[in-house]
Amino acid sequence: MPETRLLFRRVDEPELASIDTYRRLGGYRSLERAFRDMEAEELLGLLEESGLRGRGGAGFSMGKKASFLPRGEMSKYLCCNADESEPGTFKDRELMQKNPHQLIEGIAIAALAAGAGWAFVFIRGEYAEVADILDRAVADAYEAGYLGENILGTGSRVEVVVHRGAGAYICGEETALLDSLEGKRGNPRLKPPFPAIQGLYGGPTLINNVETLSNVPHIVANGAEWFKGFGTEQSPGTKVVSVSGCVQRPGNYEIELGIPSRELIYGLAGGPPEGREVKAWFPGGSSAPVLTAAELDLPYSFEAMADAGSMLGSGAIIVADDSVSIPELALRTARFYHHESCGKCTPCREGTNWTVKMLERVISGEATPMDLDIIASVQENIIGHCLCVLGDSMAMPVGSMVEKFRDEFEAAIEAGRAAAPRPLDESTTDARPVPLGVSA
Amino acid sequence: MSKDFARPTRNPAAPGVADEEAAGPEIRPTNEMSAGERLRLIESMRPEDAETVPELHAVDVPDKLRERIEAAMSKYPEIRSAALPALWAVQHHYGWCTREGLRQAAAVMGVTPGYLESLATFYDLFRTSPVGRHQVLVCHNISCWLRGADDLLSAFCEAAGADAHEADHGGVSSPDGELFVKGFECLGACDIAPMASIDGRYYGPLDADDARTAVEQLRAGAEVLPDKALANLPAAGGPEPDPDPRVKAAEGA
Ligand SMILES: Cc1cc2nc3c(=O)[nH]c(=O)nc-3n(C[C@H](O)[C@H](O)[C@H](O)COP(=O)(O)O)c2cc1C
Ligand code: SF4
Ligand code: FES
Repeated sequence: MPETRLLFRRVDEPELASIDTYRRLGGYRSLERAFRDMEAEELLGLLEESGLRGRGGAGFSMGKKASFLPRGEMSKYLCCNADESEPGTFKDRELMQKNPHQLIEGIAIAALAAGAGWAFVFIRGEYAEVADILDRAVADAYEAGYLGENILGTGSRVEVVVHRGAGAYICGEETALLDSLEGKRGNPRLKPPFPAIQGLYGGPTLINNVETLSNVPHIVANGAEWFKGFGTEQSPGTKVVSVSGCVQRPGNYEIELGIPSRELIYGLAGGPPEGREVKAWFPGGSSAPVLTAAELDLPYSFEAMADAGSMLGSGAIIVADDSVSIPELALRTARFYHHESCGKCTPCREGTNWTVKMLERVISGEATPMDLDIIASVQENIIGHCLCVLGDSMAMPVGSMVEKFRDEFEAAIEAGRAAAPRPLDESTTDARPVPLGVSA
Repeated sequence: MSKDFARPTRNPAAPGVADEEAAGPEIRPTNEMSAGERLRLIESMRPEDAETVPELHAVDVPDKLRERIEAAMSKYPEIRSAALPALWAVQHHYGWCTREGLRQAAAVMGVTPGYLESLATFYDLFRTSPVGRHQVLVCHNISCWLRGADDLLSAFCEAAGADAHEADHGGVSSPDGELFVKGFECLGACDIAPMASIDGRYYGPLDADDARTAVEQLRAGAEVLPDKALANLPAAGGPEPDPDPRVKAAEGA
């Protein structure tokens, strides 16, 4: 099954990133149409009707979110979330690097729909090269009259600022992003109030992912019905899927939502290296509970992944083949969240720390099988008990690994103990007992 | 063991006096202190010791730095939003976020140096101590790890003459001061795993030989691994298939 390229159409066209090439290929026509001939309400209706769901992780209807913003004259804002720090995800990078004007066009139209006079692109600081490309593209779009105080002479105003982050996964969380953009440390805020009511500088704010916004010009150009002709009823459109890890052709593949996951992993990305099999795979970035080889035939869509107990998330598949140790994979995963926890809530700050320590013990041979239950219970005590979902984002995949590959954890514990034996009586009579469990 | 802390005399800084001198003895709670020492130090602090916003006329700010920060301030509806751009400017100017640099930026922005420092220590890309001249961030997250990131990090460290364990736990500079090597979280380029960001540019997939070559090139001031630069690579998904009929029809319209 081939790709269905819409956002990545002509991605290898030389100079696609330049405004002239983009325009020659039909770019900015949607913007002209929207600003000249359409009302904000009409645009909101169109976006909602299209069924476009957010591509940043949660999959919430974009049009609906935009329509939550209060109407009327006030300072409203649009933030494009280009923080893209979910492990395994690199679609936004390529979308911005190859086709920055598609995003800028989408931002301007979405800002018009939401009534936002300012739009910020929050791009992770590591993407310095891409930020330079965006800066250039924004400057060209200003010059061409597509951005600024009086867009195409219609009197509408959208100012776009490219804002570089400085290395913090948590700033991808929408309220942490707002704090960071306000010049603070990126700590998530308590919700409600939701950003649509009270966001940046206290004003109503629409936050959308790069890929979500890049879809907007296509919907305006071709209509909601046309867009719904792609994908499934509940997951319309195409999706850029980042496939990485143990596959022969890692890369971004744009597909219609709903194709079998096997097609993506084997057909497009070439599957694991010769002689290897898929053992586990993350369907939606490292925050998604892992699936097994038995689940490869599931359709790749928001609803099918949710039904399987996982999630489509950011649309990033990471494949681990049968040479990979799942306990080590769990440890890598946990370390990331431990490092990135902002420290505001205890279950996340302490839970990620404990999970790392206990997984290290599993691998070093200091754990007992009972510790697996403790690891599982730590995960349960994180889920739903934190301000944002970063804690859950570790708890879900790690919990799923312990649940689905428990044998392997037990074998790792046994192997570790065999390599570094500690007789039971010694551990009970020793003046310094071997640390076991969470009280260690 | 008890140690007496004089009451801190952080302020005021006389014009032209370097930050360190004006600040008197080091009065920050640091990790080297025992809990008791930290407690006593904190208890000894008074509201009047609080760091105030430095007066712009009392701080000597290099013109270039000031221009960059002011340009950033003018871009946002509220100037505090320029805090991260200001820190980037300081880091760009001095190579890291020096205390004097933070003070200068604070004076331009009208905030306390402590405010900017609280940001500099929160974000991973800001350096709050001097580091090697070239920054090598080696991704050690899942997809790169699955494809050999640990070996790559070791290779960079070996070539740089730096300790791999330290590199993976906060970063380390090479003895000659030319390189700073750090194991980093997913850099958003798992398509070219295992990969590294060298002075802000992405390179991959890299092996141990590439690491050695890159380090040599950095030391010699030469262009780094031109064939491995992401900016020069085609889109990772392979050649474009024929367009979908629905896409084609829309383009024809
Ligand atoms: C810890 C954490 C990190 C996140 N990182 C990102 C990110 O890097 N990019 C992104 O678009 N959304 C990220 N999100 C999701 C955002 O909070 C938000 O839901 C999204 O930007 C909304 O855009 P969408 O509706 O277009 O998907 C993250 C969420 C959490 C909890
Ligand atoms: S869940 Fe973790 S990252 Fe999120 S706010 Fe709480 S401590 Fe911070
Ligand atoms: S895991 Fe290394 S770039 Fe994503």
